[in-house]
Amino acid sequence: MGKAINIIKSRAVPIAIENIDTDQIIPARFLKATTREGFGKNLFRDWRYENDDEQKPKPGFPLNDPKYSGKILIAGENFGCGSSREHAAWAIKDYGFDVVVSSFFADIFKNNALNNFLLPVLVSDAFLRQLFKAVEEDPETLIEVSLEDQYIKIVATGARESFDINHYKKTCLLNGYDDIDYLLNMKEEIEAYEKNHALSYRS
Amino acid sequence: MSKTLFDKIWDRHVVKTIEGGPSVFYIDRHFIHEVTSPQAFKGLQNRGLPVFRPKQVVATADHNVPTINQHLPIREELSRRQVEQLKKNCADFGIELYGLGHPFQGIVHVIGPELGITQPGMTIVCGDSHTSTHGAFGTIGFGIGTSEVEMVLATQCLMQSKPKLMRINVEGSLNKGVVSKDIILHIISLISASGATGYAVEYAGSTIRNLSMEARMTICNMSIEMGARCGMIAPDETTFNYIKGRTFAPRGSDWDKAVEDWKTLYSDEDAVFDSELNVRAEDIEPMITYGTNPGMGVGITGHIPALNDIEEKDRPSFEKSLHYMGLTPGEEMKGKKVDYVFIGSCTNSRIEDLRMVASFVKGKKKAADIEVWVVPGSSQVEKQAIKEGLNQVFEEAGFMLRQSGCSACLGMNEDKIPAGKYCISTSNRNFEGRQGPGARTMLASPLTAAAAAITGIVTDVRELI
Ligand code: SF4
Repeated sequence: MGKAINIIKSRAVPIAIENIDTDQIIPARFLKATTREGFGKNLFRDWRYENDDEQKPKPGFPLNDPKYSGKILIAGENFGCGSSREHAAWAIKDYGFDVVVSSFFADIFKNNALNNFLLPVLVSDAFLRQLFKAVEEDPETLIEVSLEDQYIKIVATGARESFDINHYKKTCLLNGYDDIDYLLNMKEEIEAYEKNHALSYRS
Repeated sequence: MSKTLFDKIWDRHVVKTIEGGPSVFYIDRHFIHEVTSPQAFKGLQNRGLPVFRPKQVVATADHNVPTINQHLPIREELSRRQVEQLKKNCADFGIELYGLGHPFQGIVHVIGPELGITQPGMTIVCGDSHTSTHGAFGTIGFGIGTSEVEMVLATQCLMQSKPKLMRINVEGSLNKGVVSKDIILHIISLISASGATGYAVEYAGSTIRNLSMEARMTICNMSIEMGARCGMIAPDETTFNYIKGRTFAPRGSDWDKAVEDWKTLYSDEDAVFDSELNVRAEDIEPMITYGTNPGMGVGITGHIPALNDIEEKDRPSFEKSLHYMGLTPGEEMKGKKVDYVFIGSCTNSRIEDLRMVASFVKGKKKAADIEVWVVPGSSQVEKQAIKEGLNQVFEEAGFMLRQSGCSACLGMNEDKIPAGKYCISTSNRNFEGRQGPGARTMLASPLTAAAAAITGIVTDVRELI
């Protein structure tokens, strides 16, 4: 069971880079853990630190910039491409984000995010630019995201856009259900399917 | 009603469709490895669940394993623990493991086909995005996250929404020195690293039909690099001949029944795709990438785009990427210095790839200041290479033949490219730091990589053959 999400009102961290792949979000050498916890400290590891040295944060990177904080990550187009590692979603969530906003998400990342109660909010290019501008000009800008009503809003200006989410997934997120709960309830139907679809040549 | 290849396999595997939502989708084969499975097993334990169909799951250790001295205990503690955890989970849950030391061990996408586990018409998943490789057999194969690994272990099903369908037709004959890796790098450079997101891609056309299974796998493998959910090719005689006689292939009358069924797996003539792309084989040169995603590639005689050629909004990312690579907009790729050559990964580490490299380098020597690693995709490939004497060819050329695993494809074990160094790699990703922090990767075919190994610089292989 995950934690349900509904309305999130928070400041945001902007990373205005396109094609951010999951190797950047969490480099492979940090995938050696056998639990789901603790990946947040290595989120964007190589963009955050010089020479992999935690004593030397790179000052220009938004996560190191004290003026930015919040539960919402705003990123450029094609976010989460590349490797299927769910560790990327775990790292973002573990770091403290509940929402990722982009104008385009890679497929597998989107599923992984949803399975971890991290809400991917897909916005238009134009609205994404508005968000970047608002947050970069005033890092204290509040952004409001409502899952129930499917909108994202810049609180100060009222500028808003609605976003899509599949009805089934929305119900899961609002109630804290996951797919396994659903599938486990289908055992009999799955077994019936197996009987009807057995191929003689396949053992 | 006419159907696409994808539709035919999809329809066979839908257990149930939820109104306005995804479908419950049945999975025939599930591959697991040490990196993306431990948390899934932990999840099962927490819920007190067994693995629903352990016989449909196959495990191997590949991502994190050393590629020298595999008979010794793994030195790096965290890696060792992960591999041991896999062993324990497989034992506890009744799953067959082809771990280190097992003759079937290897990169998950190399061993599935090699053992005849991958067969047409199947649905195959793995916690690894390059599961698209298996589509070369007329299979729906795609990568999943760890929560989904847990779902499939628990129920043999996933919740899936049907993707849109794209067909990419490649027609004509390939130029000298151009191989399947160049075809796919060319396609990705045309449609970008996100150009097929949301699509299942079918590759068709005479050029594709004339490719071997190994070459087809290379193409399907990289489908994910343009964002596709999966890539596939309709099975034909080439496919059947490849599978026949392999360890887990059907035999006797089962074989005949299987082939009869597999022959029905193709897109009907009037089947409709949401998107279609036509590519002329003659337009394809040996390819090389200059940037930090696989869409940033050019023909070997080409130049890196000038800043003016890039849309204004894309310029910051483009410049960041070239800065990382230490390259300048507009410059030529040919002649650039290379420090490392990596021939391996699930894209290009099959026996055919090693044969191609060996026949090219036979009698040649590597450049003095370059390091060359040849990493076979499986223990069987390694054995076969030695049997054919390829190891000697490599040795004489100064190449190092290592043992099987993912190796420098993702730099999770000790095989890393040092910061700032240039590596021509036959793998599938040139992301920042993919081959080690600060490593600079240029993706290319095994032939182009081998040519650079000999000259020490980015080279047009056609000048050497
Ligand atoms: S070789 Fe590389 S791409 Fe292939 S499975 Fe291993 S890590 Fe992934």
